[in-house]
Amino acid sequence: MSFRHLVPFILFVVVVVSLGVGLTLKPKEIPSALINLPVPDFQLPPLEGKTNGLASDNLRTGSVQVVNVFASWCLPCRDEHPFLMQLAKSGRATVNGINYKDKPEKVAKWLAEVGDPFARIGADLEGRVSIDWGVYGVPETFIVDGAGRIRMKYLGPLDNSDRTTAFLECLDTIARGGDQCSK
Amino acid sequence: MITEIGHFALVLALAVALLQGSLPLIGAWRGIVGLVGLARPAAIVQFFLVALAFGCLMTAFITSDFSVINVANNSHSAKPLLYKIAGVWGNHEGSLLLWVLILTFFGAAVAVFGRNLPAAFRARVLAVQALIGIGFLLFVVFTSNPFLRVFPPPMDGGGLNPLLQDPGLAFHPPLLYLGYVGFSTAFSFAIAALIEGRIDPVWGRWVRPWVLGAWCALTGGIALGSWWAYYELGWGGWWFWDPVENASFMPWLAGTALLHSVIVVEKRDALKTWTVLLAILTFSLSLLGTFLVRSGVLTSVHAFATDPARGVFILAFLVIVVGSSLVLFAARASSLKGWGYFAPISREGFLVLNNLFLAAAVGTVFLGTLYPLFLDALTGEKVSVGPPFFERTFVPIMVPLVVLMAVGPLLKWKRSDILGIAGRLKAGVLGAMLVVVVALTWADARSALALAGMALAGWLLIGCMAILAERAKFSSGQVGQSLIRLARTPTATWGNAIAHLGVAIFILGVTASETWQIEKLQIMRPGESVQVGDYRFTFEGSEPLAGPNYTAVRGTFQVHHKGAPFVRLSPEQRHYPVPPMTTTEAAIYPMISGDLYAVVGDPNGTGGWSTRIYYKPLVSWIWGGALVMMLGGLMSLMDRRHRVGAPARRRLLKSPAAQEVA
Repeated sequence: MSFRHLVPFILFVVVVVSLGVGLTLKPKEIPSALINLPVPDFQLPPLEGKTNGLASDNLRTGSVQVVNVFASWCLPCRDEHPFLMQLAKSGRATVNGINYKDKPEKVAKWLAEVGDPFARIGADLEGRVSIDWGVYGVPETFIVDGAGRIRMKYLGPLDNSDRTTAFLECLDTIARGGDQCSK
Repeated sequence: MITEIGHFALVLALAVALLQGSLPLIGAWRGIVGLVGLARPAAIVQFFLVALAFGCLMTAFITSDFSVINVANNSHSAKPLLYKIAGVWGNHEGSLLLWVLILTFFGAAVAVFGRNLPAAFRARVLAVQALIGIGFLLFVVFTSNPFLRVFPPPMDGGGLNPLLQDPGLAFHPPLLYLGYVGFSTAFSFAIAALIEGRIDPVWGRWVRPWVLGAWCALTGGIALGSWWAYYELGWGGWWFWDPVENASFMPWLAGTALLHSVIVVEKRDALKTWTVLLAILTFSLSLLGTFLVRSGVLTSVHAFATDPARGVFILAFLVIVVGSSLVLFAARASSLKGWGYFAPISREGFLVLNNLFLAAAVGTVFLGTLYPLFLDALTGEKVSVGPPFFERTFVPIMVPLVVLMAVGPLLKWKRSDILGIAGRLKAGVLGAMLVVVVALTWADARSALALAGMALAGWLLIGCMAILAERAKFSSGQVGQSLIRLARTPTATWGNAIAHLGVAIFILGVTASETWQIEKLQIMRPGESVQVGDYRFTFEGSEPLAGPNYTAVRGTFQVHHKGAPFVRLSPEQRHYPVPPMTTTEAAIYPMISGDLYAVVGDPNGTGGWSTRIYYKPLVSWIWGGALVMMLGGLMSLMDRRHRVGAPARRRLLKSPAAQEVA
């Protein structure tokens, strides 16, 4: 056996170890380019029959805010809804919504059915503002600090998993005046 | 009941594979004829059992038996029959069963057509084939069983991903798998040779048809997938360097290199170690592709529903198969001594260069595909490697390869005279210049890169013709004689010329469609028109439409060519209720000179529709080129000199006589 002929095997071991580590990672957790940047400038009208729309100015109130992008047609949004209801009730943060590409009558019916945790809801019927936020699927949830900077972006439903725990920890860190959420 | 028969057949196939993977090896080692003889019938029985299982699953899909979880999750009663059938392999479990079916199909094919292989060698090949089968059957039976029942059965199924409801894609996986899994035969031949510690030119002759067959299927499969992406995704592109595409492209590149290095083994009894390594590598890349697609380590637009548990299994399997074969390689490679000397200017010298460039290309694609994963594993940093990386690294490797490709087939074995072929190279240069001139008069956009691409295609075109002209000795001036010689040219030589011609056609298609494409994006109201090259597209409006299991909005364009009515195009935007999804059906009018490509998007709410219109010159030559490559491969395969065993039979018949004389 010569060393030369072992080279392919050694290279293979390196590849396999990397693949093995790769299995433990979650490529779906893509960090947002907007982290630690101010929220994009936007102004969204309220839903039909409501008066409180959402704009950038509403997110610079000095206290920590949560912005949840949701839609009535999105099933995972329904899954995470109880969590948002609880979060709003607990008073740990103000919960705001961006209603993404929805029909006004459907979202009204949906909120009447499952409850409305949102202090403000912006209606993004065309999905343009959501593009500025870097949204590429619903639900997504952002943590915005008192100065209006995005501190965390959470993909997918908030579902009491480890990731959700990390989300809540981040929320508390920011509420205490911290300015970084660990990864 | 039928489902249970399928389940049972599958478990039985696993039992047969266990026997086939162990006993013949012992038999070949100890010289026990009975055990050696077991391999052939076992391979055939195993194939029939897996085919039975597959047939049962297909029956469940066709009859919409929603008590089977797999059917309930992936089919729907309102689906057209073709897609009920395609639904069998449109999901993880079923596609894995298809994988095993094709694997055992190749095992049975070796058993049936490999009658002239030495019995012990054939037993070893079939045993290795069965060992691979064991891994996959375990995988199917224990983690991805398609025959599990559900109670109570749902009223109707969850439906097949609408993107996959397309005739092109219905046949894409079987063809792709024929290629992917077809390389398992080359792998088994290589491992059997390593076990025996001996490779000779006959080995090259045995393995070559299997490599050719797999290569043809993979070429077709990749081309079909690319064609599907072109007309179904509605982005107008045909190759995206997506991880899943790369997963099929890497075995293709390695397989192409293998195809050429096997010739050197056969003709020159050289390059053996490298060829064996390449055979292992090609199949390993097929396995790696399977891993990447199903484990979820890389995100991709068309990865299967991924599951890390499955990833762990395939990774373990990868470690066992590839790891053990590479250890075997390290242990035995030194015994594969070949004839070592190569003249740089010779057929084999150029084939070595071909292998070097193709191996470099595999390395590039491998790195680009897995680099984000490696970086994430080491540092936690996220990057994505996109088409610019691949275009910048892949193209410079391919250019010299194509330049040499025109010359290589004209060289003689052992040694060739560069001055002798210089005259013919002049013809190639002329050809290149001719194509550039034609391109210049035909289109006005003049990018240096495009002209270089055109010149390359012209150069290769002449090179391919020269292969045949050489054979026919057209330079002698006796046309009649030459035509007779041409008719007598072996099909393999025709195959060589045609496959390389396919590459030239492909290059023309890529260069022209990338450089001279015209793209127009706009909001159009009914009655408005837009000029795209020589074609004027008038939007006539959009109307709703109901399909068998979808609703759609269909836009209509009236196209005028230089003022005269030319064709009507009707692109659609389809909405499928189960699972809820929107797909784009681009309307394409393909012509040899180029495609007209129209897509209608969303309404803007005030009476306008977003529309995208392309003119893509020579774009169909891309797939045409792939088809011609495949045709060349098939012609090579037809050559009776390469048919399995044909030469060996002659030797067998001769040898007893020779012994008698002695």
